[in-house]
Amino acid sequence: MTTALRPDLAAIAEMVPKAARVLDIGCGDGALLEFLAATKGVDGRGIELSQQNVNACVARGLPVMQGDADTDLVEYPSGAFDVVILSQTIQATRSPRTVLGHLLRIGRSAVVSLPNFGHWRVRASLFVSGRMPRTHALSYQLYDTPNIHLCTIADFVALATETGTRIERALALDEKGGSRAMRADAWGPNILADGAIFLLRRN
Amino acid sequence: MAGVGNPKFLRPVAHTDADVGHAITFDAPFTLDCGKTIAPLTVAYMTYGTLNAAKSNAVLVCHALTGDQFVASDHPVTGKPGWWDTMVGPGKPIDTDRFFVLCANVLGGCMGTTGPAEICSATGRPYGLDFPLVTIRDMVRAQALLLDALGIEKVLSVIGGSMGGMQVLQWAASFPERVVSAVPIACAARHSAQNIAFHEVGRQAIMADPDWKGGTYQLHGTQPAKGLAVARMAAHITYLSEAALQRKFGRSLQDREQISFGFGPDFQIESYLRHQGSAFVDRFDANSYLYITRAMDYFDLAAEHDGVLARAFQRAKSRFLIVSFTSDWLFPTAENKHVAHALNATAAIVSFVEIATDRGHDAFLLDEPELFKTIRGFLNAVAVTVGA
Repeated sequence: MTTALRPDLAAIAEMVPKAARVLDIGCGDGALLEFLAATKGVDGRGIELSQQNVNACVARGLPVMQGDADTDLVEYPSGAFDVVILSQTIQATRSPRTVLGHLLRIGRSAVVSLPNFGHWRVRASLFVSGRMPRTHALSYQLYDTPNIHLCTIADFVALATETGTRIERALALDEKGGSRAMRADAWGPNILADGAIFLLRRN
Repeated sequence: MAGVGNPKFLRPVAHTDADVGHAITFDAPFTLDCGKTIAPLTVAYMTYGTLNAAKSNAVLVCHALTGDQFVASDHPVTGKPGWWDTMVGPGKPIDTDRFFVLCANVLGGCMGTTGPAEICSATGRPYGLDFPLVTIRDMVRAQALLLDALGIEKVLSVIGGSMGGMQVLQWAASFPERVVSAVPIACAARHSAQNIAFHEVGRQAIMADPDWKGGTYQLHGTQPAKGLAVARMAAHITYLSEAALQRKFGRSLQDREQISFGFGPDFQIESYLRHQGSAFVDRFDANSYLYITRAMDYFDLAAEHDGVLARAFQRAKSRFLIVSFTSDWLFPTAENKHVAHALNATAAIVSFVEIATDRGHDAFLLDEPELFKTIRGFLNAVAVTVGA
């Protein structure tokens, strides 16, 4: 009973090897984990904050821990997973650098997707209105946004370099979630891509 | 050898139309963790629903400290509805149209299973304090005997809250191959210092009552009603939350316009607690209360495994669903999460859910829609997975 997966999640799924042990942090209603279990036979676990989503995961038979990436990752043993996924969440964590460290401690590899704050619409919104940018992809107000650590693709690449993280693959995401390979250090995607997906390993 | 019959309760059956359930008696000596033995051992239990031909749809419910086997049907002594009839029944989250639900009175209890109020076969007198100390593991092993007798090799799920949750954890640790899934709710892998402290207050209240008579009150035709009531009152506060007490009672006065400048029950909360205390005395045995609270105090699952909780679950094959409540200060979320993390460390299949409610520890007994949704979804997923 697998319905069509959101395109950006499908792009993430494509990076996960068969029969891998996967931890999906911020797993939502479990759509990606269910898809990975059904199509790739992965042994998946989730972490999710919202009660409604946790119940949805439990009802799907998916093991999920209600919790928070900022506080709970420290409890996971090192090297417990083949792949740790953090989808559209790193910008909402209190300490993205610590979280990134945990991802590559817990997992042998990590897949991180994020919205790109360097997109031209964001830049234009700030330039024209002179106020905190609001776009289709980032529609919150200053005072209600969960996104407390927004970054551009270039910012994330710099963080990866600083923390000794190797970017194995990078995909640029468009408005509809479609993806195409990009060079992580190229300037083009940092202006044109709505978001990005990175496959990361420890150096 | 085992014989099945009607259970004998400490108190008379006042509601004759209520189903009293069954009692099974095992003649072989039952050796306890303390090294002593009990013989014979009687286990009183209730069942709801029908066991399927493959015997794959059994759900074992473990009751809490002052609960009993009357989960989803009227209590034969008090006439009150089953303590979990919001959760268990036809079409309910633990659906008796689909699952065969059974619940046994715990070892040391006073609703038909062998406990301190029972007549000791060796002396012909009630056990009283001659009854050996029992543990949560002893309770679980007695339940395992019952399952053996019923020919149930595996249970689809073991579910329970509070002390029931402790039994669930013990089941998963002691009999991993018999437990397809485990749902410990609002519990912990060990009793905390604060919880032991509250229990000790209760026990001291009972033992300070002159009618307790060193535990031999049955021989004297008395019972330490005041002590047991105070124990219940103190414990009852720990089952609620400050917010829930404030919402329900505040400083409202009981049947009066002004404070009385005396020590009568001026406040509604006092009257409520007194009622809880006296109602409890009508259905519970003081010595049982001593023994069962002690079993909870002694519970420390990690201690059996060199202090490493994860080792307790090393052989665990069950799917786990651990549930806590935000306002539970008796078994707070941190304690429940501690169990979840220990399970995670063994790569067990575990879910953890924290339900937001201001109703405290007792929330597991109450109408909590998110709890119902979680349990219903989990049980359904487990049943589908194993084809039960």
